[in-house]
Amino acid sequence: MSEYTGVRGTVWFRAFTGQASPMDGDPKSVLTGDAPLGNEHARFLCVVPDLHGRFPCARHGEVGLEEAFTLATRVREVIEQDKNTIKRPIVAIVDVKSQAYGRREETAAIFLAAASAADAYGSARLAGHPVITLVVGHALSGAFLTHGYQANRILAFDDDGVMIHAMHKEAAARVTRRSVDELEKFAKEIAPMSYDIRDYAKLGLLYKLLHVENPEKPSPHEIRSVQAELVGAIADARRSPVHLRNRLESEGAREMRKASILVRTKLEAQWLGK
Amino acid sequence: MSNEGYSASFINRQSFIELDARERAKALFDAGTSRELLGPFDRMESPWLAMQGVTPQEDDGCVVMKGKIAGQAAVIVALEGAFQGGSMGEVSGEKMTATLDLAAADNEKGIRTNAVILLETGGVRLQEANLGLAAIAELMASILALRKHAPVICLTAGTVGCFGGMSLAAGLASYIVMTREARLGMNGPEVIEQENGVEEFDSSDRALIWAIHGGEQRYATGLADALVDDDTPQVADTIRSFVSKGVPLLHRSSQVALYRTRIAKVDTSRQWDPKEFRALWTTNGSNKEKR
Repeated sequence: MSEYTGVRGTVWFRAFTGQASPMDGDPKSVLTGDAPLGNEHARFLCVVPDLHGRFPCARHGEVGLEEAFTLATRVREVIEQDKNTIKRPIVAIVDVKSQAYGRREETAAIFLAAASAADAYGSARLAGHPVITLVVGHALSGAFLTHGYQANRILAFDDDGVMIHAMHKEAAARVTRRSVDELEKFAKEIAPMSYDIRDYAKLGLLYKLLHVENPEKPSPHEIRSVQAELVGAIADARRSPVHLRNRLESEGAREMRKASILVRTKLEAQWLGK
Repeated sequence: MSNEGYSASFINRQSFIELDARERAKALFDAGTSRELLGPFDRMESPWLAMQGVTPQEDDGCVVMKGKIAGQAAVIVALEGAFQGGSMGEVSGEKMTATLDLAAADNEKGIRTNAVILLETGGVRLQEANLGLAAIAELMASILALRKHAPVICLTAGTVGCFGGMSLAAGLASYIVMTREARLGMNGPEVIEQENGVEEFDSSDRALIWAIHGGEQRYATGLADALVDDDTPQVADTIRSFVSKGVPLLHRSSQVALYRTRIAKVDTSRQWDPKEFRALWTTNGSNKEKR
């Protein structure tokens, strides 16, 4: 669990939009804003902690019911507004420690809330909006599936405070009966298990790793250079198909996801059959 | 032997839950129309398990079949709950995603092809961690693309249920079919107890678990489209009816305003009794789901 959760999200949301407030009627845990990016406007979204949120298990930067439905609403709003015009880029700033683990959440079907947010992001992508994810801190498990993983392009900071993973270290250590240190060492040897963002980058899922000296305190120059990278990613997304197969066609995937590529090739060959 | 005291329908029932993934898939197709793709003899096993001392399986716990349902072209992808808890690894994930993509391509060519996904899974396979998570994200993208053309029907029959990231895949489905023996949720009780304590969720309270995640509750709260008995002909009939029904007018995961309003209205200062929640949830939203 990072002490930085929320700090980085807010810092970068503010860096891009010049403010850090939710939209009218939204919970304080979801920041949404439109701001210039390159020579157009983009919609920025970020989930941040709200210690006084309505749901007790979603007060520390987790993605819960309200967060997921708010993201879904604000992304769908863009799809609707740009229906007959140029499709605005959507930028998900990601610093989420996990989904909300609570009884209320399960009772009220957090699986559907999370699916609704992913649906909105995915539908935006399919409608032609460049959806770009910038991972500035943690991007864990169901929280990342909900907020960020449906993007055309994913960028992340090359930084020890950045982590993309299916399960946080403490839980994974418990399940595998190892200490956190042992787990980290063991996971380091198997690329998909590693907690190091540089190993994640080898999987071919990232568009780019960016370097910022201190992601909690970016300089104006660094902010401009990250903005330029976002603009580049948007242009690249606009030039490419709207599906996610670019992740499997990447250089990294050709090395690390050989089995996936073989599955696809063989299945295609058997599809028509007799 | 006397059957006294048992109804004929119960005695004659052909259990679906007792079938393995391969038998389940086969049972849902029109008789004699199905064939398996990438079967065990293709030996597409996980490249990551052996290096961690886990014995892989030659279909990676994922069965792909193509054939006809209700006379229409269809694919079924079934996860085998008995292998690594039905967890999603690189290979099982890609088998499912690539199948849905091929179905989507056929639809685009004018060959209407339906999809049924049989989910018995705890979510990401820990040993393949980030490739499992990525596989689920890509699967979700493929469900979204396919369901514009043809229904993607999710069946979770039990006894593993559908949890973790794969519950989001279920959430994107056009229709969800469950039995009373099935459970559907994002976080299992053990995980919640570990993260937020026994006061939040007592994972030894079996009644509570079923009251929240069970098929009956999901159906009663409008989160599953059909509740079926553990009876193979009835399950197959239900799947056929959803194939015939086609793509719903609006998918559940796209009805954001409705569900957001419901969430906004519930009292979060206390835990809810699951029975009471049925009324709380469906009546105070004032508007009904559009399907």
